[in-house]
Amino acid sequence: MTPDGPTIVEAGRRLREGKTTAVALLESVLDVAQLTEAIVHAYLTIDREGAFASAAFADEELANGRDRGPLHGVPVALKDNMCTRGVETTAASQILGGYLPPYDATVVTRLRQAGAVIVGKTNLDEFAMGSSTENSAYGPTFNPWDVSRVPGGSSGGSAAAVAIGSALGALGSDTGGSIRQPAALTGLVGLKPTYGTVSRYGLIAFASSLDQIGPLTRTVEDAAVLLEAVWGHDPLDATSYDGAYPDPRAEMGRGVDGIRVGVVRELSGEGYEPEVETATANMVDRLAGEGAEVVEVSLPSFEIALSAYYLIAPAEASANLARFDGIRFGLRIPGPTTEALMSATRAEGFGPEVTRRILLGTYGLSAGYYEAFYGQAQKVRAAIRADLARVYTDVDVLVSPTSPTVAFEAGARVADPLAMYLSDICTIPSNLAGDPAVSVPIALDGRGLPIGFQVMAPALGETTLFRVAAEVERLAGFTARPVIDLVAS
Amino acid sequence: MPVDVDIAYVARLARLELSDDELETYRAQLGVILEHAARVQDLEGDPHVEATHTLGLENVFRDDVVTASLSRDEVLAAAPEARDGYFVAPPALET
Amino acid sequence: MTWEPVIGVEVHVELSTRSKMFCGCAVDFTSPPNTNVCPVCLGLPGALPVPNRRAIEHLMSIGLALGSEVSSRSVFHRKNYFYADLPKNYQISQYDVPVCRGGHLDITVDGETRRIGIERAHMEEDTGKSTHVGLGGRIHAASATLLDFNRSGVPLVEIVSRPDIHSASDARVFAQELRGLVLELGVSDARLEEGSLRFDANVSIRPAGSTGLGTKVEIKNMNSFRSLERAVDHEVSRQIGVAESGGELVQETRHWDEEAGVTHPMRTKEGSSDYRYFTEPDLVPMTFDDAWISSVAATLPELPAQRRSRYQEVGLDGRQAATLAESPPRIRQVFDEATGLGADPTAAFNWLSGEVVSHLRRAGLESEELHLGGAELFELVTIVEEGLVSATAAKEVLEGVLTGEGGPREVASSRDLIQVSDATRIGEVVDAVLTANPDAVAGYRDRGEEKVVGFLVGQVMRQTQGKADPRVVNELLREKLASQPGGTPATG
Repeated sequence: MTPDGPTIVEAGRRLREGKTTAVALLESVLDVAQLTEAIVHAYLTIDREGAFASAAFADEELANGRDRGPLHGVPVALKDNMCTRGVETTAASQILGGYLPPYDATVVTRLRQAGAVIVGKTNLDEFAMGSSTENSAYGPTFNPWDVSRVPGGSSGGSAAAVAIGSALGALGSDTGGSIRQPAALTGLVGLKPTYGTVSRYGLIAFASSLDQIGPLTRTVEDAAVLLEAVWGHDPLDATSYDGAYPDPRAEMGRGVDGIRVGVVRELSGEGYEPEVETATANMVDRLAGEGAEVVEVSLPSFEIALSAYYLIAPAEASANLARFDGIRFGLRIPGPTTEALMSATRAEGFGPEVTRRILLGTYGLSAGYYEAFYGQAQKVRAAIRADLARVYTDVDVLVSPTSPTVAFEAGARVADPLAMYLSDICTIPSNLAGDPAVSVPIALDGRGLPIGFQVMAPALGETTLFRVAAEVERLAGFTARPVIDLVAS
Repeated sequence: MPVDVDIAYVARLARLELSDDELETYRAQLGVILEHAARVQDLEGDPHVEATHTLGLENVFRDDVVTASLSRDEVLAAAPEARDGYFVAPPALET
Repeated sequence: MTWEPVIGVEVHVELSTRSKMFCGCAVDFTSPPNTNVCPVCLGLPGALPVPNRRAIEHLMSIGLALGSEVSSRSVFHRKNYFYADLPKNYQISQYDVPVCRGGHLDITVDGETRRIGIERAHMEEDTGKSTHVGLGGRIHAASATLLDFNRSGVPLVEIVSRPDIHSASDARVFAQELRGLVLELGVSDARLEEGSLRFDANVSIRPAGSTGLGTKVEIKNMNSFRSLERAVDHEVSRQIGVAESGGELVQETRHWDEEAGVTHPMRTKEGSSDYRYFTEPDLVPMTFDDAWISSVAATLPELPAQRRSRYQEVGLDGRQAATLAESPPRIRQVFDEATGLGADPTAAFNWLSGEVVSHLRRAGLESEELHLGGAELFELVTIVEEGLVSATAAKEVLEGVLTGEGGPREVASSRDLIQVSDATRIGEVVDAVLTANPDAVAGYRDRGEEKVVGFLVGQVMRQTQGKADPRVVNELLREKLASQPGGTPATG
């Protein structure tokens, strides 16, 4: 089958034209899920009851003239690391099997206020640690474009659901590329907004200084719709930005004439697939053809960004995941003492990648190693920010591939953590800087696999980011959809 | 050269009860990852690091106002073991 | 060899804010277990902390009162350790950039004042409460820990002294003084029995006269002034015992066992002190500018030390000033009003610390219930000075005032206590007494018996029902005795 569902914006138009209803939209995405879940496994939980209740309510409101805006009645999915009151939330971990949060994450509250219909909770790498969605305790998600391949990660479930059409849009979380890389690998738009603009309250933390929630959608405009619904100051998150927010739509459609585009020298070369490099170069040329001033820029600190990331993120994670101890919620493996209980519970409840990162983070913070590892990584982070501040005096945006490769074969990198970590090499600098970045699909490679193009902007630069992303989207004219062989699989 | 990690010590700090085989696997993997991560030491210069928010946020506080707590029943419903309104854990030390 | 103890004290003070440090749950220790809890203070997945501004201002008040420097910039850190009553398994605390640095607290022991340096004062959150119980009722049944998280996240200030303390009793006095200070500031209830004040101490010894530092032992788990003093005392003796028997002291943490009255080593867990501090990424830096610091400083009440020196300036001696400085606010208010009107400070102090306090005690009244204003005390002091009533009668006057009979002059008059100071009238009585007691007169005149004067004064007072002004009586008696036939008394 080939999914033929509407984009968010199209769905909204049809709803308001009376050509469909929220319930009908929900039914159609559930039909897709029904057909594809056994093959793709995008969802961990589908909340049929809750979704139908919201959809019926959304229809009733629209009938009564209450219109909550462009997400009203639109079926969307949530990565399963965002807390939903009374709906199982596991972060794809055994340690949270069956966990029912007593509260909603702020993004969930905001989606509900915007009238969105939450279909369910999508699969991810356990605690968002991974780049393939193979590290889920509940089984991997596969890429709708080629089900022998991974959808990327960690928001692979959200990406697969939107790509196949079992949701019209989804929220993911991006700590080192976990929205953008799966978006690239599944032919979607994936946005990591400026750090602090989307509340993290209720997002099960991986690395607090890097985590940011953002949309995965089919189009740039859909991304703006989802972003506008969820971002904004939240008093429950002390890192939430309380100043003036940029307007993502303000310059969409104005083209790139006069926009200064920096091509990052360090994000190319060894390890990058030729077709990815070619597609990227072609897009850069086309942007130049539209009047963009293209320059090559060098950010030497990017060379060691990955190393810094793999010290900082695990360090924060080692503390963030300490609360999973078998005392107040979640899995408990009994033991004669508190320590024995905790140690047994955690060893049993966490999968290998999570265990590895907790060990890595604990080591990097421990007495005697802090300065050489975690402390030094913070210096690299400072250097990246300084490098970026320097280049952003000369350019408006930076561009690169989103991922050095297209979707890889399932299992190919599982045994080699370092190879897996290299999947995030292009996306990590924006997380370390706290800057916004977006992946836009630009082409299919020779095997029919999507290639993503990354645009990065300085903090709160979403207006320019969306302007350039919209132009990339227009120039690429990427309209391909995956084809799933429902029988053969 | 892979970094030599006292993996048993780290696992104990992190409250992870791992078998000897697991410890050995993680020791080897961490050694390789840390060898790569040690490239942070190649950084030229010694930038001053001060904790800052990307957007320069400072002094974010809440007013001293009481807000609703959760219902105890709901809280304890998620607990692996509870009694008389308390969470129950084994003793801190072996008895 | 004689040894000098070197002691530093760490005091944990729970602040009496309405809500917790990082969430809106109520700070209330009377609630049933686990009713003041939310995702934040239970450490549920996804919850985030937001700091309580008032708690930070309370800490600033403490720092300012201790003469600390309030940092221009400060951050929170995570202190990582696993414990069942620590929900996140890390405590949000402060590490290398505390809110307050430096300062001092003066303690006065036996009239001697010693200055104890303050290292730092920082903000952190309290843990939940563990209760260890036996289950099943059988003697050897497995025990368990019951966990209540109502206390989890209550704002906690840690105040660390410099190692400037050299005796267990000074450690106690330091802690008591600090308690007085936080009470005065109104930032904590400082209820020891509820554990809102807790103490740790760092103890080492060195040969008297040397300036080096010995091996430091941290002792924990002291919840009262008495246990602080006992624990330090015990630890000092233990260390001296080890040193003198040629043993070696090890740097360690020891637990104070209140029942047994001893410290013993905490079970040393591998890496238990590897706290892996790092900057709390869920919170942003705090900055303190002059405007904020001075607005907090402006709310500070007068502190005991400041009051002590003020009272000394108005003329009280050190001991009186100290006593008054520690007295309840109502007593100090009466003093300030009375002396403001012109009452002699020493006289006002004597009345308040003597008769007034014992009246309150006898009547079982709180000082707030005192039925005496500053103006009345001034009047009382004045009529004694004027000689309108005798010192003895004045006590009766005060009693009348305190029981609501009216102002001092009114009571003196209604109780008929106004003393006679008219020399002519008193002279007549003196003459009569001298005539009636020739033997006494002779004893004074011939043998210089001084006690005779006292006896004769007593006689005059009796005849006047105590209303004669004793000074006048004394004066007239001596005058008339001297002029008795027989000349001047013998001197001897």
